[in-house]
Amino acid sequence: MYPLMLTVNGTVHDVEIDPRRSLLDLVRETLGLKGPKKGCDHGQCGACTMIVNGRRINSCLSLAVTHEGDTVITVEGLSEAGELHPLQQAFIDKDALQCGFCTPGQLCSAAALVDEIREGLPSVVTGEVGVAMTNEEIRERMSGNLCRCGAYNNIVEAIRTVSGDKR
Amino acid sequence: MKPFDYQRLETPEHLGHVEAGRFLGGGTNLIDLMKHQIETPDVLVDVTRAGMDRIEERGDAVLIGSQVSNTDLASHPLIRRDYPVLSSALLSGATQQLRNKATTGGNLLQRTRCQYFYDTARACNKREPGSGCDALDGLNRFHAILGASENCIAVHPSDMAVAMAALGAVVVTRKRDGTEGRIPVTELHRLPGDRPDLDHVLDEGELIVAVELPASPPRLQSYRKVRDRSSYAFAVVSAAIALDLEDGHMRNLRIALGGVAHKPWRATKAEAMLEGKMPEAALFMEALEQEMADAEGHGHNDFKKILAPRVVVAMLRELTGLGGN
Repeated sequence: MYPLMLTVNGTVHDVEIDPRRSLLDLVRETLGLKGPKKGCDHGQCGACTMIVNGRRINSCLSLAVTHEGDTVITVEGLSEAGELHPLQQAFIDKDALQCGFCTPGQLCSAAALVDEIREGLPSVVTGEVGVAMTNEEIRERMSGNLCRCGAYNNIVEAIRTVSGDKR
Repeated sequence: MKPFDYQRLETPEHLGHVEAGRFLGGGTNLIDLMKHQIETPDVLVDVTRAGMDRIEERGDAVLIGSQVSNTDLASHPLIRRDYPVLSSALLSGATQQLRNKATTGGNLLQRTRCQYFYDTARACNKREPGSGCDALDGLNRFHAILGASENCIAVHPSDMAVAMAALGAVVVTRKRDGTEGRIPVTELHRLPGDRPDLDHVLDEGELIVAVELPASPPRLQSYRKVRDRSSYAFAVVSAAIALDLEDGHMRNLRIALGGVAHKPWRATKAEAMLEGKMPEAALFMEALEQEMADAEGHGHNDFKKILAPRVVVAMLRELTGLGGN
């Protein structure tokens, strides 16, 4: 067992863990936060997406023991003071889900996406002049989050609404 | 997953003081393979906090720390400006989640692999030497057409490494005895031969510390990736090209192909035929056909022998201003 201290949604946790435990299993099983989902457990579906030190990652492909001192945000940490995150409200308003299993990962991914665009991080479809929040950009940047119900069109619309770009 | 000891490397200088084991970078490939019990290391040495996460501009080179993430490398202003082929290749690969985690050194050392490598119910000489290769007569649409052997026809899936091959990058390593190694990125990976279980030429315990990009790269650069989906898919064929045009003549031309071999494939025959020449569509095709002279398909991937030259010719036409298709 290895000691680990990390912050999840603002709470500091001090635990002893098996080094094989993924960050996803740590959060779900050890800390009891069931928002992040285990879809494929191989980094292909994005249902486990968390934001670690400001960057979204597949928490299923990351050993918890490597996250000493890190700051983690899960879907439970997106809302503030009982208020839904604007993306959560937009997902409701735009009907951006059916079964909802992928939604926690979609939301974390989208929240990080909004920050990445603000930061000016390019994607492969970004031109020379900078990032515009087009459908093409959103689709490319969300390609790591699968939705087996196929709510993609509404997910893209929800994210575009929050970005403030109405094209 | 099989139990393992976990250790952290504090700095590359301490390499001799940690147990010999598998190095852990972003883990996006290694952890996945450990879950499948295809990789079963006894010791994992976490190198992500060993101070190898900077991009430094030196006089004659840009030094990329091996633990710089794919995202940070792709979005670095210097890389965007002077090495756009590298930025473009990185952004063509994987997803944002994976690029945030994946590292420069880890991207290079991800396993050369195919679906039979993952499927433990099938024969794979790379996973289990001597067991055979089910890809030879199997679903081999994604497989190698150049430099393969009867033992393995898997391809190295990196986009980044293809761009680095075209840029003449050098891999800087540190061995356990403290000595430094320098390996051109084109010589880092092995062709399968009769040892497909070995992907690269590094010694046991040899750590990639950085990747060096020569300063003043060719001005004209391009990366093109042909794939079955427009995002999050390995290349069927990809190409990175860098060249200068001086008085209408092609100079410093470098062409690297992805998705066709066990390693990033430098098209040296085509380069030699084109270097110093004036751009001409017929000449482009002749050079690429020459490059493909030894290409061998295995059924489902025969089309790559036609696709790869066409991709490169289209890129060369665009880069040199010939236009058309």
